[in-house]
Amino acid sequence: MKKKLPLRRRAFVVLCKTGMYFAAGITAALLVFLIGYIFVKGLPNITWELLTTASSTLKGTTGILPNLVNTLYIIVLTLIVVLPLGVGAAVYLTEYARNKRLVNLISFATETLAGIPSILYGLVGMLFFTELCGLKSCLLAGALTLAIMTLPTIIRTTQESLKTVPQSYREGALGLGAGKWHMIRTVVLPASVDGIVTGCILTVGRIVGESAALLFTTGMSNALLAPWEAVLPNRAGTTLTVAMYKFAKERGQFDVAFAIAAILLILTLLINLAAQYAGKKLKK
Amino acid sequence: MHGIFLFCGFTAVAFVLFLTGYLLIAGLPAIRKIGLIPFLTGIVWNSTGSDPQYGIAPFILTSFYGTFGAIVLGVPVGVLTAIYLAKMAPEGVRKVLRTAVDLLAGIPSVVYGLVGMMVLVPAVQKIFNLPHGANLFSAILVLAVMILPTVISVSETALRAVPKEYEEASLALGATKTETVMKVSVHAASSGIASAVVMGIGRAIGEAMAVMMVSGNVANMPGLFTSVRFLTTAVASEMAYSSGLQRQALFSIALVLFGFVMVINLILNALMKKGERKA
Repeated sequence: MKKKLPLRRRAFVVLCKTGMYFAAGITAALLVFLIGYIFVKGLPNITWELLTTASSTLKGTTGILPNLVNTLYIIVLTLIVVLPLGVGAAVYLTEYARNKRLVNLISFATETLAGIPSILYGLVGMLFFTELCGLKSCLLAGALTLAIMTLPTIIRTTQESLKTVPQSYREGALGLGAGKWHMIRTVVLPASVDGIVTGCILTVGRIVGESAALLFTTGMSNALLAPWEAVLPNRAGTTLTVAMYKFAKERGQFDVAFAIAAILLILTLLINLAAQYAGKKLKK
Repeated sequence: MHGIFLFCGFTAVAFVLFLTGYLLIAGLPAIRKIGLIPFLTGIVWNSTGSDPQYGIAPFILTSFYGTFGAIVLGVPVGVLTAIYLAKMAPEGVRKVLRTAVDLLAGIPSVVYGLVGMMVLVPAVQKIFNLPHGANLFSAILVLAVMILPTVISVSETALRAVPKEYEEASLALGATKTETVMKVSVHAASSGIASAVVMGIGRAIGEAMAVMMVSGNVANMPGLFTSVRFLTTAVASEMAYSSGLQRQALFSIALVLFGFVMVINLILNALMKKGERKA
């Protein structure tokens, strides 16, 4: 037998439920609208010419090949710098550190780095890497700036997966006579490789979407760079996001901007799927 | 090997010190020249005039109002969605919505800016019958959308961590499911939800590109329907062509922004510590 609730309580329940459905509906509708709108506006503008040429007023072409390639360069360069640092820091925090205060200090620093807006990274990157270090505006300066910015992501995800490695693995390795470093290299790191991969994927996602930190560090050139040129100082190049900003805000070429937006959205989708896949494997 | 890992561990600390030091070195000279009080409270920013004035009160207030507006709009929607996701949604709906939230979080801010610029700005102009739609209100709407994923994810995690016993006790005492969730679970997860809100504030105050594309980027004192410039966009918009004191003043703006962000970080840290102690 169910007694009917008093009116006030029933009203409260109905109100809360309506609110929840409404809110969840808004969130879902926003995403559907964003994806739909960008794809409708952007996909028809993605042409073979756009993907395979560089923008040039001389030849009269509008293309984003250099920007695609630059994005790739920046991803690789950043990961090369940040991955050893981040994984090393995580290993230190979970395997070596004994001093609780030290761990807290490093964790606090990591949290702080994660909370600093990217525009400030861009500013300091501009002052330090491009001006003080004399790199000039170049992909390398951008990648180094992003390495500082993405360090917290790598540290956190690696730390999480290192924590899930059973203590018995470590004890087994140590019991068989392995040294600490040998144990970490052959047992702990291989067991947590899925977490490190997830961290990399998340970092790639952040790099692909980043614009404010790159606006003043990578310069404005649209020339196509060869891989060996990408690591040299004074080789400017814009990534997809910055190029999109330029197309939309400065040149008013909205069709190209939407095409890039659609490409960015597809990349985001792929990165999310990859992260989900890696995350599932991690749980196993 | 220990030494190498110690070095890696300390890079994060070194980077924080490096950023702080650098922003202080870059930002203090202009503040010293202009004077702290006139810099912070001056209501006129005219950096390129013959008699330049450097008052950043418009930027500070705009960032404050913009963030506040985004929180007012975004937090209720975000927290209610999180409650629905964590406690009420059927498994299938949950999975789909969860993926949607992750996707929203992954969309680059320039894409939000572009859609805001092409859809929201003209819509605001039409609906409110304004001469132009790039104003604080548009920026608030874009920011509200952009903080949603952060607020939802962090709140959901907090709500999921609420011990089942609390809810079972409430249900056993005769409360309905909705009442339990709204009054017991939300209360138990309050420090986590507070963290979510603070993280949302941090995200909103630090956003630059999307806001640059929809706010009009004029150094006015903020009004809901005036074109405005935020702290972040003030740094970005003049950097390309600035020099001398003007350039130094931009670094000082960055320093002020950094100060706000650090305060937010400290609050967040305290909240998280409080949450840990509870658990």
